[in-house]
Amino acid sequence: MLSSKRISLAKVAARAFITPVTVRTFASSSIARNVNITLHKASFETYNCDTPSLEVNISKEELVKMYHSMVIMRRMEMASDALYKAKLIRGFCHLCTGQEAVAVGMETALTPDDKIITAYRCHGFTYMRGASITSILAELLGRKAGISAGKGGSMHMFTPNFFGGNGIVGAQVPLGAGIAFAQKYLGHNASTFALYGDGASNQGQVFEAYNMAKLWDLPCVFVCENNRYGMGTSASRSSANTSYFKRGDYIPGVKVNGMDVLAVHQACAYAKEWTTSGKGPLLLEMETYRYGGHSMSDPGTTYRTREEIQHMRSNNDPITGLKQRLLELNVVSEDELKAIDKNARAEVDKAVEESKASPEPELKAFWEQVYKKEAGIPFLRGREPEETHHF
Amino acid sequence: MSIATLRTSYLAASLASVSRSMLKQQVPIKSQYAATNSPPPPEGFMPGVANSKFIRNTHHEALRNPELAGVANGETKKMNTFQAINDAMSIALATDDTACVFGEDVAFGGVFRCTMGLAEMFGRDRVFNTPLSEQGIAGFGIGMAAMGSTAIAEIQFADYIFPAFDQLVNEAAKYRYRSGGEFDVGGLCIRTPCGAVGHGGHYHSQSPEAYFAHTPGLKVVIPRSPIQAKGLLLASVRDRNPVIFMEPKILYRAAVEMVPVGDYELPLGKAEILTQGKDLTVVGWGAQLYVLENAIQLAQKKMPGLSVELIDLRSILPWDVETVCNSVNKTGRLLIAHEAPKTQGFAAEIATTVMERCFLRLEAPIQRLCSYDTPFPLIFEKFHVPDMIRCAEGIERAMKF
Repeated sequence: MLSSKRISLAKVAARAFITPVTVRTFASSSIARNVNITLHKASFETYNCDTPSLEVNISKEELVKMYHSMVIMRRMEMASDALYKAKLIRGFCHLCTGQEAVAVGMETALTPDDKIITAYRCHGFTYMRGASITSILAELLGRKAGISAGKGGSMHMFTPNFFGGNGIVGAQVPLGAGIAFAQKYLGHNASTFALYGDGASNQGQVFEAYNMAKLWDLPCVFVCENNRYGMGTSASRSSANTSYFKRGDYIPGVKVNGMDVLAVHQACAYAKEWTTSGKGPLLLEMETYRYGGHSMSDPGTTYRTREEIQHMRSNNDPITGLKQRLLELNVVSEDELKAIDKNARAEVDKAVEESKASPEPELKAFWEQVYKKEAGIPFLRGREPEETHHF
Repeated sequence: MSIATLRTSYLAASLASVSRSMLKQQVPIKSQYAATNSPPPPEGFMPGVANSKFIRNTHHEALRNPELAGVANGETKKMNTFQAINDAMSIALATDDTACVFGEDVAFGGVFRCTMGLAEMFGRDRVFNTPLSEQGIAGFGIGMAAMGSTAIAEIQFADYIFPAFDQLVNEAAKYRYRSGGEFDVGGLCIRTPCGAVGHGGHYHSQSPEAYFAHTPGLKVVIPRSPIQAKGLLLASVRDRNPVIFMEPKILYRAAVEMVPVGDYELPLGKAEILTQGKDLTVVGWGAQLYVLENAIQLAQKKMPGLSVELIDLRSILPWDVETVCNSVNKTGRLLIAHEAPKTQGFAAEIATTVMERCFLRLEAPIQRLCSYDTPFPLIFEKFHVPDMIRCAEGIERAMKF
């Protein structure tokens, strides 16, 4: 289907333009600095493929970094919550508290060449894909320092290898297939991770994307973040088949304990290997849980019990789980963890102040980026003739 | 930057002489952009709606409307718009055994509480949640209606209706025509909240009425108040054509009217003249009417004696050409305002038709006050939508041409 000449040219082009892969582990990767962890047998369930390895060999630094990222993410969402309640953030805002392990475990298994695209619960992914806390909070506040210049708000966040932040349920999934196709066409040795929720899994276009991805064996990993509720409707009341990892039919799948950052890491590494080795797409179902409501206007307690939420918080929390592991393995001391927590809080607090201090975007941003600047569009019509904006 | 320049003459006029209620509405709007650290008013962006003279606060005022003759001897009850819509659906379910209400989270009451209590009252087999699949919801409703049942479907936000666009435009609108009358989807009514809300951003603010207005076979209806919402929704549900019923979400809790508790319908395809006038015709619908009401008052401060005929179009498709053209033939001047962007907005259709039918009577260019041709912005919302001052300027331009 693709001419070899085209691919080789594309490879040359890719080598020229893509920045070298940064080493994601800390400086030393010597054996002594690594630890071996055996995951619980129930971490994975598979459909038409082998189980990812339960043996994780990972550096201590990486583990601490995972912990740090999850703590930052939670603090950041808590800060967003407070800013929303102070009416500084307005409108639609979806927090990922409880689901931190998915974004963190995924990022540590990927390289910057891999692409991610997700739905509206995107703050955590945006952070992991390189955005600063300030740029995320400032976007929520609609300020100039925001990652989209304050033009979009909660659902509209992007970094060069993160395609957003997409507000329409399920719309991002076929985009993921298209991104993966481009990667294959251009000869990039990388994958696309297209995320959606259990709610979005019932959108027709998700199945259209599955079909195209398998038909053309695209390096696309479809990741269903199953947090059990699509807005206020539980998975079993919205989906005829709640085994989301099996819903690709002709696409193999893995169900993953999405509350364990290492299981997520392991599954994503497996999926990256699977998709970049030419086997076509793979489905991952991350079993996770959001502690808060669907959005800020949903208290999250009308369609589920407080006990259920409390149970998940006290028995399955991804941060507590990793913390226990770190202490058991003597990777860090309790005091060191406390210091991380404290620093994370200070870091987020500082970002809150920075983002609040940022001004609102300049008015000219209102007209920019509707069309390409050089597209020859001389003006945009305004509310009345004299308001027509001339570029 | 001319847009940011305060229109001093109008601002001065508005500060000096506009009633208290208008001040309450407009001052936050103008100062919103400047005061970066002050939160928007908690009561929302249109607190003035409650004080509008088009809101029928008393039993007698409400029933003075000849369109409500059928319930003139009945009771009325305080309701805001979401309660009136709830009441309409309750009556639709009670009077039609085939009627069902479905959509995302509607069994719990829906995000705007419009379906609250209906599942408990009529059973979960008649009021039920669907998966998050807009195309599926529309197609499912079409199938159900093709069987002769009444399908009242909710698309949670009008911004989410586009996955269902194909079903509505190609299947619902054409079913009767392409089956030679064998089948139709007369029982289908799609309810969807639309319009600006102060902070909705790109995907919770759009007004897509013009897309559907381009589709013969559909009806498109937008109410302005609780009484209107109830009567128009009941008519939309019972109309033997597929109807898209767009509810301006900012009005759900903006004002309370004394709504007749009985079963009544208001006519589709018929505009309502809100104020009679002889100098200028102003046409709007939904929440924009309250902006226009204030704009007219403001213009009258500057042009005493100005007599404006304000028309609520109510139905976008089919629209009431007669009422609008008769009015323009009387006044010779027309201003149309809507929240959707200007290019190809529904004002274009109205202006063209009026030009065709009233050309020799027109004494000024038809004024269109619409949103900017940009995606619906988050932080720039107040610069995007046609506000009171812009509309007042439009009135002045029409009058002074």
